[in-house]
Amino acid sequence: MTMPNVVLHVADVHKRFGGLHALADIDLQVEEGQTHAIIGPNGAGKSTLLNVIIGKLAPTSGTVVFDGAILTGRKPYEINQLGIARVFQTPEIFSDLSVLHNVMIPALAKRDGAFKLNMLRALDSETGIRAEAQDMLEDVGMTSSRDMAAGSLSRGDKRRMELAMCLIQHPRLLLLDEPTAGMSRHDTNTTIELLKKIKSRGMTKVIIEHDMHVVFSLADKISVLAQGRIIADGTPDQVRGNPKVQEAYLGGTH
Amino acid sequence: MLAMSRNDLLLFLGFTIAVLAMPIWLQPFGAAYPDLLQRFTIYAILAVGFNILFGLTGYLSFGHAAFFGVGSYAAVWSFKLLSMDAIPAMAFAIVVSGIFALLIGYVSLRRSGIYFSILTLAFAQMSYNLAYSVLTPITNGETGLQLDLADPRYLDRAFSAAPAGLPSPTLLGAPLTGYAGFYFCAGFLIIAFFIAQRITGSPFGMMLKGIKSNQTRMNYTGFNTKPYTLAAFVISGMYAGLAGALLAITDPLAGAERMQWTASGEVVLMTILGGAGTLVGPVIGAWLIKYFENIFSAINDSILTRFFAFLPEGADHVAVTIASKFVGEGWFLTLGLVFVLIVVFLPGGIMEGVRRIVGLFNRSGKTPRHTPAQVQPAE
Repeated sequence: MTMPNVVLHVADVHKRFGGLHALADIDLQVEEGQTHAIIGPNGAGKSTLLNVIIGKLAPTSGTVVFDGAILTGRKPYEINQLGIARVFQTPEIFSDLSVLHNVMIPALAKRDGAFKLNMLRALDSETGIRAEAQDMLEDVGMTSSRDMAAGSLSRGDKRRMELAMCLIQHPRLLLLDEPTAGMSRHDTNTTIELLKKIKSRGMTKVIIEHDMHVVFSLADKISVLAQGRIIADGTPDQVRGNPKVQEAYLGGTH
Repeated sequence: MLAMSRNDLLLFLGFTIAVLAMPIWLQPFGAAYPDLLQRFTIYAILAVGFNILFGLTGYLSFGHAAFFGVGSYAAVWSFKLLSMDAIPAMAFAIVVSGIFALLIGYVSLRRSGIYFSILTLAFAQMSYNLAYSVLTPITNGETGLQLDLADPRYLDRAFSAAPAGLPSPTLLGAPLTGYAGFYFCAGFLIIAFFIAQRITGSPFGMMLKGIKSNQTRMNYTGFNTKPYTLAAFVISGMYAGLAGALLAITDPLAGAERMQWTASGEVVLMTILGGAGTLVGPVIGAWLIKYFENIFSAINDSILTRFFAFLPEGADHVAVTIASKFVGEGWFLTLGLVFVLIVVFLPGGIMEGVRRIVGLFNRSGKTPRHTPAQVQPAE
C-alpha cells in the first residue's frame, strides 16, 4: 500500500476562548488532490478550524503544517503566498472595483508577490494578466458582468466571483467556507458543477458545508466535528453509516 | 512604458491647458493676480498628494499640514545655508518631509480608521508645538523662520559676493516673483498631477484601491498591505513637502501656524469638496477654498452697498445686512454652507456633480450603456 501524500496536516490543535474549548485535540490530514469536507452542527467549531488554518486565529496549542511548512504564527498574506486561498462565508470582495479588476488583483499577487512598488507601469499594459482574468471569468460564466462594479452583483455572483479570485491564483489548497450558503437551488447546482470541474484539475480542497447534498456530491473524505472534537472521519459512506454521526448531527439537530 | 491611454492623455492635456491658462480664465472672477494664482497651484499640489493617501488608499490623515510645514522650514533652511536657488530648496524639502512622513507613517499606520486619523492629528499637533516653542533654534518660534543678512549661503558665496540687501529666491539666476513664480509653481502642479495620474493607473494604484475597498481580502489574497500604505503615506507626505517648499519659494518665510490642525483640516475639506478619489476633484476643491478665502473675505460693506444699489431704499439695507454676514470675516460661513450642501446632495463632491451632468447628456444620446464601475466616494 502506498502512502498517500498528505498536503495539510492539522496536528493536535486546541483552541480556547476563555473558558470555551472551541477546538479540542484536532488531528486532520488532507491528502493531495482530494476534497475534504468538514461538517458538523452550528457551533461545532468548523469556522474556528478554518480560521486557525488560514492564520486568522492562533491556536492555543498544536501546529498546522502545509507541505512541510509550519503555518502557525504566519500572517495571512504569507499563508496565501505559500499557495492557500480561501472563499469566505460572506464574500470578501472589492465592492468598489469592477469584476475584472477584482480578478486581476489576485493574479497580480501571484505574479508579483506580497509587495512590489510598480507604479511606473500602466495597468492597461498588463495584457497577460488581463487575458488570464478574462479566461477565468469565462470559466465561471461571468464574462458579461466583467465591467460591472462588484458590489452591484447578486449574492450568488459575488460568491462565484470570489471563487474566481481564488482560482486564478492556482492555489495548491483551496478552503471553502460554506460556498453555497444562501444560494438558490439553481445557483447551488452551478457551483457544484464548477467545483467538480476544479476537482478534475487535481486541486486539493477543504470545504465546510451545511448542505448535505453539496457535501455528498463533492467530498472524497468527511470529518465530522461536534463540540470542538472530531467524532468521525472517513469516506462519505462510512460517515453516513456511523451511529455517532447520526446522533450528533444528521438526526440530532434536524 | 510611458504610453498613455487616449482618455488619460486628453485629461492630462486638458488639465495642463487649464492650469497654464489660469491667468486668462480667472480674470472675470477677479482672481488673476500672481500671488493668488501661486497659492492656487501650491494648494492644488497639496490636495493632489493628499488624495493619493485619502482618496485612493482610504486612510484619512488629519495631520498632513505637518509635512507641509516641514517642507517650508526645510526650504527656508536651504535658502539660509546653501543657496537662494529653488532647486536645492525643493529637493531638500521633499527629502526631509519624506523622511518625516516615513517616521510618522510607520507608527500611525499600525492602526486604521479613526485611530489612524487621531494618531496623525496627534503627531501634527506635536510637530506644531515643537515648532512653536521647543525647537525655536530651528524654527524661530512664533516669529517664524526668515531670511537674514547674516545667513551663510555657502553655495552662493562660493560663486559670488553677498548682495547688498536680502536676496529673494531664484531659479538658476532668474527671479521667481510675479508671473514667473506662478508658472514655476504651475509647472510643478502639472508634474505632480502627471505622477498622480500614473500612480492611479498603475498596478500599485490598483492595490491602493484594493486596500481602500477591502483590506481583509488584500491580506488573504497574498498582499502585505503595510508597505503599500506606507508608500502611499510617504508619497503623499512628499507632495505636501513640495507644496510647502513652493510656498516658501514664493514667500521665503515659514511659520508654525502652517502646521496647525486647521491647516490639516483644510486639505481634507478641499479633497472632499472636489471629490475624493478623483484626480481633478482635489484640485478644484483647493481652488474653490482658496478663492473663497481670498475673494469672499475681501468683500466689505461698501462693495455690498454698491452691489445691492438697484434695490429700493430700505430693502438694500436689509440685503446688505444679511449678505455681510456671509462675506468678509464671515467667509467661513459661506464655505461651511457650500460644504454642507455638497456633502448632502453630492457625496462624491463636485466631480460627482460633473459626472451626473455628463451622464444626463449621455442618456439623451442614444447609446445605452451598462453601469461602469466607479470609484465610490470615501466616507
